[in-house]
Parts: sequence; structure tokens; C-alpha cells
Amino acid sequence: MSETLHDIRLTVNDVVHDLRVPARRLLSDALRHDLGLTGTHVGCEHGVCGACTILVDGEPARACLMLAVAAQSCAITTVEGLAGPDGSLSPVQQAFAECHGLQCGFCTPGFLTTITAGLRRDPAPTRERARDMIGGNLCRCTGYQNIVTAVERAAQIGAAR
Amino acid sequence: MGQRVQRVEDQRFLRGGGRFVDDVDPGPGVLHAAVLRSPHAHARILDIDVSGVLDVPGVHAVYTHDDLTGPMAEPLPVLIPHPALTHGRTQYALARDEVNHVGEAVAFVVAEDRYVAEDAVARIVVDYEVLPAVVGIAAARAADRLVHDDVPGNLGARMEQAVGDAPAAIAAAPHRLELDLEIERSACMPMEGRGTVARWDRDTDRLVLWTSTQSSTGVRAAVAAKLGLDIGRVDVITPDVGGGFGVKIVHPWPEELLVPMAARALGRPVKFVEDRREHFVSSAHERGQVQHVEVGFDDDGRLLGLDVEFWHDHGAYTPYGLIVPIITSTQLLGPYKPGAYRVAFSSLYTNTVIVTPYRGAGRPQGCYAMERTMDAIAGYLGRDRTEVRAVNFIQPHEFPYDHGLIFQDGRPLEYDSGDYPASLEKLRKLIDWDGFDSFRRECAEQGRRVGIGLACYVEGTGVGPYEGAHVHVETTGKVKVATGLTTQGQSHETAFAQIVADELGVRFCDVEVVTGDTRRMPYAVGTFASRAAVMSGSAVLKAARRTKEKALRLAADALEADVADLEIVDGVVGVRGTDRSIPLGTLSVLSNPLRYAFDEASKAATQFSVGDAVDRTALPVAEGEQPGLEGTDFHSTPRATYASGMHAAIVETDPDTAEIRILRYAVVHDCGHLINPMVVEGQIHGGVAQGVGGALYERMAYDESGQLLNASFMDFLMPYVSEVPDGIEIDHLETPSPLNPLGIKGAGEAGVIPVSAVIAAAVEDAEGFPVTAMPISPSDLFSLREEHRS
Repeated sequence: MSETLHDIRLTVNDVVHDLRVPARRLLSDALRHDLGLTGTHVGCEHGVCGACTILVDGEPARACLMLAVAAQSCAITTVEGLAGPDGSLSPVQQAFAECHGLQCGFCTPGFLTTITAGLRRDPAPTRERARDMIGGNLCRCTGYQNIVTAVERAAQIGAAR
Repeated sequence: MGQRVQRVEDQRFLRGGGRFVDDVDPGPGVLHAAVLRSPHAHARILDIDVSGVLDVPGVHAVYTHDDLTGPMAEPLPVLIPHPALTHGRTQYALARDEVNHVGEAVAFVVAEDRYVAEDAVARIVVDYEVLPAVVGIAAARAADRLVHDDVPGNLGARMEQAVGDAPAAIAAAPHRLELDLEIERSACMPMEGRGTVARWDRDTDRLVLWTSTQSSTGVRAAVAAKLGLDIGRVDVITPDVGGGFGVKIVHPWPEELLVPMAARALGRPVKFVEDRREHFVSSAHERGQVQHVEVGFDDDGRLLGLDVEFWHDHGAYTPYGLIVPIITSTQLLGPYKPGAYRVAFSSLYTNTVIVTPYRGAGRPQGCYAMERTMDAIAGYLGRDRTEVRAVNFIQPHEFPYDHGLIFQDGRPLEYDSGDYPASLEKLRKLIDWDGFDSFRRECAEQGRRVGIGLACYVEGTGVGPYEGAHVHVETTGKVKVATGLTTQGQSHETAFAQIVADELGVRFCDVEVVTGDTRRMPYAVGTFASRAAVMSGSAVLKAARRTKEKALRLAADALEADVADLEIVDGVVGVRGTDRSIPLGTLSVLSNPLRYAFDEASKAATQFSVGDAVDRTALPVAEGEQPGLEGTDFHSTPRATYASGMHAAIVETDPDTAEIRILRYAVVHDCGHLINPMVVEGQIHGGVAQGVGGALYERMAYDESGQLLNASFMDFLMPYVSEVPDGIEIDHLETPSPLNPLGIKGAGEAGVIPVSAVIAAAVEDAEGFPVTAMPISPSDLFSLREEHRS
């Protein structure tokens, strides 16, 4: 391999990882294939589908549009980091299970991270705002009906906790 | 059964623990493949120069057709041959001499990682002689240019079926109409594309293949045949699959053969995962048809004769035979009696991506043709559109109803059950059909333009030939279930566990279901044609029943009771009215006479511990019995079971911008008994959303040279939430099927089938002029308005 490699440090789900990658390595590939965090899925590799959405310093970002070397100073959260330390499902995860908000499960991690951030900003969204919250993520299975309901349900669960 | 049980598979998906094909880690040293694809729609390959590739650091191998030998060098199989497919053609795993669509695989590079593999692909130099491309049905029919030199007229197949003399019936009818209709291409577009991982295991001399497929057994047989392996030496494991919708029933994809070939040759695991552009240009599309309908009818709108001719664009090759147009030609009839019927289709080659089943598989086009015809009849006679449909319905007392045609499974098109008048009544109520006129007036007063439409369909589901299942009660009492067909989001782990829990009398949480793993169930067909619940669900039920019978025989011995007095509750067999009982786990121990104990429970089954009750002269395993508390069974079916449904929508069209908005969408759905209503409704939601995409947004924008101009999610407009109506209203009718022990019918495809027909009808109703081409964009509608204004 003749490519120049870069030593980088990524902080993912509060765990620090040191790794060595080419400059062109996508963050999505580094997370999935270098760190083994395969919960972040890649659906289009051009930033449109939202399946690879992670939280970068708490805000949703497309992991397929970031380079791993550019993510060094950030706190990254992936779907693997959403459940509680005791393994309990987060309100958004719980709501997806209750509302049948997923079928094949491929786009789901991107929805979960997006909604997690969305409910932090807007903890009690109206149905219309719940629809807006997921407006940048594609799902081919559910027709979004139950995902919108899951956003509302997650807000309820979050408020009750 | 019948309960809204939460899904067991969600626990792993929600935690990021799903294992999709690109998540599979086949062990150290995995190599990654990339494919050089044709940039031309039609070209002769004069030369391929790979000399610049092998010295790229990290590249391990490059293959072109010249490197393929034996069956690998032959064309890929025609999966479903048909006598009418007189000119079937399939591609090679890597193109030989000629390419016939943009995206066709030309060379295959294996390297340390995908980045390097793509670098290497870019260094391959191919000398092409570009040939004129055939794009679109009109060009294919004109046949000024040919896709394949040896296929005259670009005609892969022409097929005709008839019942009675339709042309004569139409000629004699009091009223006649003709319609010319079009429907464009779309595609399945699962969020996860295709992907394959292979490891040649030298320790056991076996090939292990993970692939994102709808038929693990099909891939297994194809790989064994192509690579010249004994089938028993090939294991195919279907990991979690990120959506299929039909495209993944096609097999073997070139990469499904090239990956294991390279893994064997290189002695390293190899992985191929396509990117989104590759999915657009090298997987499969569907839907594109041009249709001509002639119909004769009486004063009530009753069909007397129906004569349909259509032209089906099947793309560059025909690996899936004529399934899609055969389905269009038969399922077009929907819930109606057509009088005399004749249907003929031409299946045509074009220099575009292959056409194979996409959810609905030809039914959306058939439904569109029939329902546009129904609306045209109603408009011509000035009658209510629901009335015209009702006079043509097959009535509940007329089942089984044999149309006298042959369906896609090679069996008679004979409907098993249904109640179409009841469905229509439910739909009229759900959408408030009779109240729409006043709604229209209210809107008109506000300057708003609205329309209502409906469409009915019948769907042959659960086709054969068979599926099987294996149920095993372990000594812990946990129940392990395996069925061979695959899962891509349909909740099989939950629904099949519900069936087993009910039938066997065990707790739902103790049942674990595995699908699509040839090591666990080597006999299977696949997940398509809304058949998984019908076929595997029934097989699972029968296997559970066999297991139960065995458990009761063993328990009757152990408890010295009559089988008729036994019941199984929460995994414990008890004698009714007594406190005598034995857990299934213990029966599992006793079912397997042991020489060696391995834990406390197993001691009970060893030779000196079996107790005085045992006859020490008898066979430890009785004649005709087998060790283990398990059961295997299969479900086969003489023909499909026919689900049905009716949809209605209210749309609003903007008088200025021609934007089309769906205000309400209502579904009445009859798939017989429901295993899990939550899951069925989820399937309907997803189907309707795909239907909305196909009706209003999605099309494959090919230019004249065969370049796909919108091969990305930026340009191919798949619906986001903003495009799908909020609150799809659903009502169920449950007309059981007599063809399987669960009384169920398939539900997977239903949601998508009538959507284009419904939306076309609603837009037509809003605008007052015929809508004959779908999908319809605001620009299309605007142009139509201009045409009808002038």
C-alpha cells in the first residue's frame, strides 16, 4: 500500500479509539470496518438517504459525507450508543419497537439518531413537526406512518422518564 | 395468531446489532471487489487492457470473460423458461464481445479494500465500438435497430391467451371503447443494495456464502452448478436483508458467482457490496408497458368482451422469463368477469437494465389497464364508478372461480375465495364515497380543485411449489424453528414464532426462528409473490403439529395417560384434571436415549437411569421413530391463493402549479386470517408509499443513447415522508383461503398494486380529462391542461 496513512483518534460513544487511516477514508467506513460499529448503515454514499446519520457533537450528520480524519475533535454517537448503560432502550428505540417503526431495519439507525437529536431540540413536537423531523431520511419499507407515530410516542416516553 | 405482537427482531435492529451482508466479517484477510461496468448502452468490446492494473499496490486479481472457464464462461441461466420465450437471452457473468446496457459487468477486480479496487477499475482500458442503442418501447417495436443481432424485431416473446371470442363479443356489444395507456419504469430500490461475501473454508473444504438474496437455496444451486461444486459443499447464509421488494429474487447475479470464484482461487475471503449508482444501472427495474385496450359492454357497464394487447419492455436480457407480463395479462382481470377475454403481449428487448419483478410484479400495470377501462366505461355511460365495478364483480357464491387462463405458476387462474361486494361497501364507507360531491362543492367554493378515485385488484399469492420447516424442542424447552425462505423486513421471526407458540403450546418468548440458512433447511424456494406467510407459515404450522404429536406420544408413555387427555400449556404437558405433568424440555431429554450424560437433565435419559417403567427388551428408539423432539414438514399447494383489496384516494390539484396532493388514502384489504395485524398494516403502509412513488414521482430517465440520467437518490425521486399522505386509513376483510391450514393469503405486495390506477382516477376526476400515462408529475399535468385547453 503506497497511500499515506494518518494516525487519528476518534471518540465514539464515549470510547476513545486510535487508528491509522488514509486521508480519503470515509467516516462511515472507519466506524463500520475499522471500529466494527456496523450499526451505522450506508444506503447511498451521497448524503441523501440518511441511513448513515450519526450524531457529531450531538447534531445529526451524514457519516458518508465526512472523512474520518476530519472527525478527530468531535464526540461521535452512533446507534450503538443510544441505549442506556444498563442496556435499556432509549425512548426513541422503545417507541420504534412499540409502534412497529421499522421493518427491514436498514434505515433505522439513521432515523433513531436523527430523532434523538430532534427531540432534544423539540421535546414535544406536534404531528406536523414530527413529520418535519424525519423529513431528510428515506425508508422504503414503512411508508413512514409508524415512524411518525414513533416520534410522538418517544416524546411521551421521554416526558414520562 | 391474530395478536399485535411486538417484533422480536427489533431488539437487535434498534441497538445496531443487525447483521447485514456488509456487516459480515468472514475472517482475517478479507479482500474487496469492485466491478468495471459498461459506460455504453450498446457496444462491441474490441479489447480490454488490464495491464495497468496488477501493479497497483493492493490489487490481488482482475478477471475478464477471458479468465472464466467451464460453466462460468457460459451465459447466466434463464431461471424460468417458457415455451413462448422463443428468444430468451441472458448476460455472461462478465461481458463477452458485447455489452447491452450501461452498467453491465465487464471486469472484476479484487483488492485489499474497496478504495483500491475502485482505483484499479479506473485503470482498465476498454476499446469499445459503440453501437446504436434501442431505448424505449417505441424504438424496440420499430426495430430499426436490434439489441441482439439474432433476435428479429427485438421480440423476446409473444404470448396470447383467450377465453371465448373477444373480438366478436366486442363487435356485437351495444357500446365499445378503446384506450391507449402507458406506464413508466420504476425500481424496487431497497435501502440496502446487493452484496455477497464468500469464504472458502480450507479446514472443511466448503464454500460459505453470505448474500443479500430472496432465495438462498436458489443461489446455492446456481453457485454449485456454475463453479462445478457438489451442492453439499456449499452453504448459503442469508444475513439480515435491508429490503428486497423483488430485485433480490434474481439470481445468480454475476457478483454472486465471481465473489466465490475469486475466494476459492485466492484462498482469501472476498466481499462485494454494490454502491447506489451500481444498484441503479446494474440490478433490475420494472413496470414499463404500453397498453391498448378494446372493450365492449352493455348499458349497465357489464363487460361483454375485453381485448388487450400490450408491449412490455424487459430490458437487455430475460433471466426471469415472462413472469412479469404473464402476471399483467392474467391479474389484469381483478375481481371482474370479463365476458370473452383475449390478451396478447410482446416482450421486447431494449438496451436498458433488465426488468424483473418489483413488488406487485406486473399487477400494478394490469390493475391500471383494467381500472382505467372501468372508469372510461363509467364516464361513457354517465354512471357511478363504483356501480360499474359492482355489476362486473365475481359474486361470493361463485368461488372457486376459474377464469380459464394459466397463471404465472403454470396453474389455472382459479380464485379460491373472496367477497368483493363486501370490500366495496367497506371502501365506500371508509372514504365516504357518497359524501364526496358535497366536499367537492365546498372546495370549489374556496377555489380548490379535488377529485376522488378508486381501484380494485385481485392478487394471486402464495404460489408453490413448496416450503418446508423444521421445529426442534431443545432439552431446555426452548424451541428452534428453521424455514428455508429468506426475510427482508417481513417480520418472519415474529409471525412464525406466533404460529409455533399457538400450535405447540409454548411461550412466544421461547421460540426462535431462523430463515434463509441452507445449513438449517436446505429445501426451500424463496421469498416472492407474497408467499412467505402462506407457504412457510403453513409449513411451520405443520412441523409444529408433528412435533406436538411426538411430544404427546412421549408424554403419554411418561405420564401413563391417554394422548386424548393431554394438553400443552406454556411448554408443559399435563393430564387434564390432574396435577400430573412433564415439561417439553424433559420430553426432549427422554426422546433421545443417551449413553453419556452431560448435565443433570440428561442423566435421566442414560441407560441405567431410565427407570423401571422402561421395557428393557424393547428398542430404545422404537421402529418408525427418530431420536429428538422435533418435526419437519412441508407445505405444497395446487395453485395460488387469491387475496384482494380496493383502494380509494382523494387528491387536490393546484389550479396554478398543477401540484398534486393526496388528501386522503383509504385501503380495504382482504388477505384471509391475519397472523399479526400490526405487521400486515405495516406491509400495506409500505406498499402504498411505494405506489405513491410510482404514481407521482419515480421514473427511470433514460436518454436516447441509453444513459440513465437520474441514477442517484438526488435525482430519482423516492418518497420521503413529505410525499406520503399522513394517515393511510385501513379496514380489513377476512375471507379465509381453503388452500392452506391457516386460512391465510399473502399480504406483502398488496399495498402497491392499485395506487397508480387510483391516483390516475382521482386526478382525472379533479381535472375532467383522461389521464392515460403514469406516473404523472406536476409538469405532466400542466402539459395536459395546456393540451385540453387548446
